[in-house]
Amino acid sequence: MWAFNNFYNESIIRSEYIPNMDVLMLQITLLLSLGILFIPKSMRYYFLLCLQLIVTFITSYWAFEAFASTESVVKVLNFQILGEYPTFVIDTLSAFFILTVNFTSLTSLLYSKGYLKPFLKEKGGLAIAWHYFNFFWLFVSMILVCMLREGLLFLVAWELMTVSSFMLVLFEFEKKAVIQAGIRYLIQMHIGVLLLIFGFLYVQFKTGAPIGFDSMEAYFQSFQAFPIFLVFFIGFGIKAGFIPLHTWLPSAHPAAPSHVSGLMSGVMIKMGIYGLLRTLTYIHSDLVTIGIFITLVSIVSGLLGVIYAIVQHDIKRLLAYHSIENIGIIGIGIGLGVIGLAIQNNVLAIMGFTGGILHVLNHSLFKSLLFYSAGSVYQKTHTKQIEHLGGVIKTMPYTALFFLLAALAICGLPPFNGFVSEFLIYAGAFGNLKTATFNFDFLFLGVILSLALIGGLAIFCFVKVFGIVFLGNARTKNISEAHEVSANMLMPKFLIGILIVAIGVAPILFVPYAVKAAGVFGDMGSLPAEIFTSLSWTGILSGILILMVLVIYGIKKIFQKNKVISHNTTWGCAYTGADAARHQYTATSFADNHLEFLKPLFSEKKKFEQFTEDEIFPSKREFSSHADDLFEEKLINAPTRFIEKLFSSENFLLQSAQLHHYVFYAISFFAIILILTLLKII
Amino acid sequence: MTGMALLLAFVTAFFIPGIIGAVKAKSCGRKAPSLIQPMFDIFRLLKKGSVYSNSTSFIFQIAPIVYFATIFLGLFFLPFGAEKGIFGFTSDFIFLAYLLAIGKFFMILSAIDTASPFEGMGANREAFYSMLIEPVFFTIMGSLALVAQPPSLGNLYANAGALSDTPYLSWMIIVFIIYILFNIALVENSRLPVDDPKTHLELTMVHEVMVLDNSGFDLGLIQAANALKFALYGGLIANFFLSPEFHLITNVAIFLGMGVLFAIAIGLSESFRARNKMKKNSLYIVLMFSLAVLIFFLILAMNSKFILT
Repeated sequence: MWAFNNFYNESIIRSEYIPNMDVLMLQITLLLSLGILFIPKSMRYYFLLCLQLIVTFITSYWAFEAFASTESVVKVLNFQILGEYPTFVIDTLSAFFILTVNFTSLTSLLYSKGYLKPFLKEKGGLAIAWHYFNFFWLFVSMILVCMLREGLLFLVAWELMTVSSFMLVLFEFEKKAVIQAGIRYLIQMHIGVLLLIFGFLYVQFKTGAPIGFDSMEAYFQSFQAFPIFLVFFIGFGIKAGFIPLHTWLPSAHPAAPSHVSGLMSGVMIKMGIYGLLRTLTYIHSDLVTIGIFITLVSIVSGLLGVIYAIVQHDIKRLLAYHSIENIGIIGIGIGLGVIGLAIQNNVLAIMGFTGGILHVLNHSLFKSLLFYSAGSVYQKTHTKQIEHLGGVIKTMPYTALFFLLAALAICGLPPFNGFVSEFLIYAGAFGNLKTATFNFDFLFLGVILSLALIGGLAIFCFVKVFGIVFLGNARTKNISEAHEVSANMLMPKFLIGILIVAIGVAPILFVPYAVKAAGVFGDMGSLPAEIFTSLSWTGILSGILILMVLVIYGIKKIFQKNKVISHNTTWGCAYTGADAARHQYTATSFADNHLEFLKPLFSEKKKFEQFTEDEIFPSKREFSSHADDLFEEKLINAPTRFIEKLFSSENFLLQSAQLHHYVFYAISFFAIILILTLLKII
Repeated sequence: MTGMALLLAFVTAFFIPGIIGAVKAKSCGRKAPSLIQPMFDIFRLLKKGSVYSNSTSFIFQIAPIVYFATIFLGLFFLPFGAEKGIFGFTSDFIFLAYLLAIGKFFMILSAIDTASPFEGMGANREAFYSMLIEPVFFTIMGSLALVAQPPSLGNLYANAGALSDTPYLSWMIIVFIIYILFNIALVENSRLPVDDPKTHLELTMVHEVMVLDNSGFDLGLIQAANALKFALYGGLIANFFLSPEFHLITNVAIFLGMGVLFAIAIGLSESFRARNKMKKNSLYIVLMFSLAVLIFFLILAMNSKFILT
């Protein structure tokens, strides 16, 4: 690809003289997207596929152009909005995110064909068309977010992203839980947007420069960075799902159809990370505080994300909590990078940023694969409850294999992609222990320990999910009736799987792009040579491991050649009366010692009736327990209940249903204004 | 002699289970079996046929192979004193730790695959304790990396003498580190006080209950892997005592001697110690963790990164 450098550079020069065909084509494609609402049912998917491929092709071309050149690629649109020509600016950071968005959106669309098939009959034609229309615009808006720097347009694209994804979540709108999740998502996103608007306006107010990212440069040069950074961090962080801003995630992902969950969790929440990174490129002061702040918040997110994931029994809700965990890992990388910038340690900076940015790609791959596989299981067994599944590997072997692959990758195990990005962050922290000062040593130890714990907890969680869902015996009937999904639905998984293994075995081919993307933070040089050596070694060793497994398997075959290999029931320690399905270890019992160990972090609810002393022949009892996210309970649910109570008709006058009360409120509003004006307060 | 550590690890692996058994037999007044009896057992198992549960899938069949392969490959990282192992690169211990985790991941899955309530329980405990012990190992590596740059297993050992300005203080810390490594080895190999391999009751087991359904070649492979795992941790401890100034033969003798001492220590601790209550195990590991963090701070203090006044 680098051989084409000159070609790309020439084309940039040429593009100043000839009209931008690519921009024109993009505009026409976007306009054509309206057509999806009018064309026949059977054509919709293919029509959308064509449109998306065109957009993917054009923007990927721009992205590679940006990777190949030393300067940002600038594309100007042919029409004016608010008296100005909207401009796309694509630097290496945008390029990296664009490519990530393009790939996952494509697999998501491919997967949707099979996933939506059962819905085609029950849903009206327009509902499907509307869904696809929003899908396309979610994809486009994510690309636009990566390319627009001008404030108003950026916010419009950001809002477009929120609204279209909201529509996508509402696909199964006849369910109450879906509506609730959707509304919660919409409200929380708008708190985020509000903060972003406030941030942009405040920067504009202080500097006088036009609204947008570029005016931040001037602001951060002359004012204290941390307070306004905090505003942007919360604004973008709600999208990304840092704890405690995460509460929309665990309800929105299970509510959405699986291809949308994959897309939202895989790439949409990363737009928050993109915004954060983009903001950080303009900040040059206060970096120590900001770096430590990001690292600490990320450590908390990473740990709590996986801790809460373990006790979830809805498979998609569990995966949603894992998104929070991975956002934490990404954040840890970014935090280390910022600290590296702050203490002028280029090696730490480049390794932190590269690890974080690469993990964005990695997470988008294995998380979408996990959601697609979970969706396939849901489609065939009609349940998302882990406790109702079991033994699915026998009926859906390929889906199980893909889930296993993604599970290994998300746990950060070699030879898969998750290991590469985590390794970079680990190595960044370990490698700088000797030279850093006491405070930072302390922080690095925190980073190392939290990564190790996150890894261990993730393994704990995914052996639970994979073990209970796919292995053992079927816990309910409809599992044995399930069968493997169609090739349509396996193909996108296969594409993702290839990339997961490729990044794991040959990290050398992919890491340089992340390094280039990290280059937007200034010239930090490339990764140290010994890290490249380590990365190639991990690739080689992964190959050796696979080879070794094959060789031992061969030896086993030779040893067992003339031996009796028989099959029998599981050894039940001489007890033969066991019910093969019900006597298995359950997900709840698997999570129990973990729950016990970290009790203060959960709000656990147990429902049962106590036995009384005079009850000689006890009646039939039921017991149920449910562990919930403490933050969600204390931060969202408790205040909401309080406000509801406050405004309910019994407790307060505000909703008295008496017209004269309402008129009185209006009058008192004017009265207060009058008094305040007289007192010269406003 | 890059392959020396690997070779010696094989030798120690061959004898460690036998020595542990012999020490345990002697200390309770029994006649000890031959030192290589466990190896005979493994070989006998390898030649046997197998019974597979109807509930299991291919995961159950490949898990012992993956487990063995990861530990076998892990031995290649074992340095010989300051000399790096066959594979050695910057931050190789991260790869080593994650490599061992793959094997564990598959073993835990294979236990759940049998659909047995006992094995599910064992799997759960194994996953839980491994999760807790991981940070301890990384803290130890981080403590050693405080004085070694770039950090790699070989380099960590080469610089272990420089943990402090004064050699005897360095040794004091190393003794601490060895104590923790020894305990990590006990947890990772499922020995007392975390797990009792000789208990009769499945309900109180961790590792042994996980492999209830494995038989024949698979069981032999698992036992061989366990022996190699002992050698791996024994090697990690022995490396502290090697020095490039010694003659090669002295170093070899020290390495093997430490392996024997390691086995004797395990045998003795198993003979004179009771198993923890299951609930105490997590606290026991947390104790190891706090000791490891203490070491980290000690080294920081000795390198005058923060001054105690």
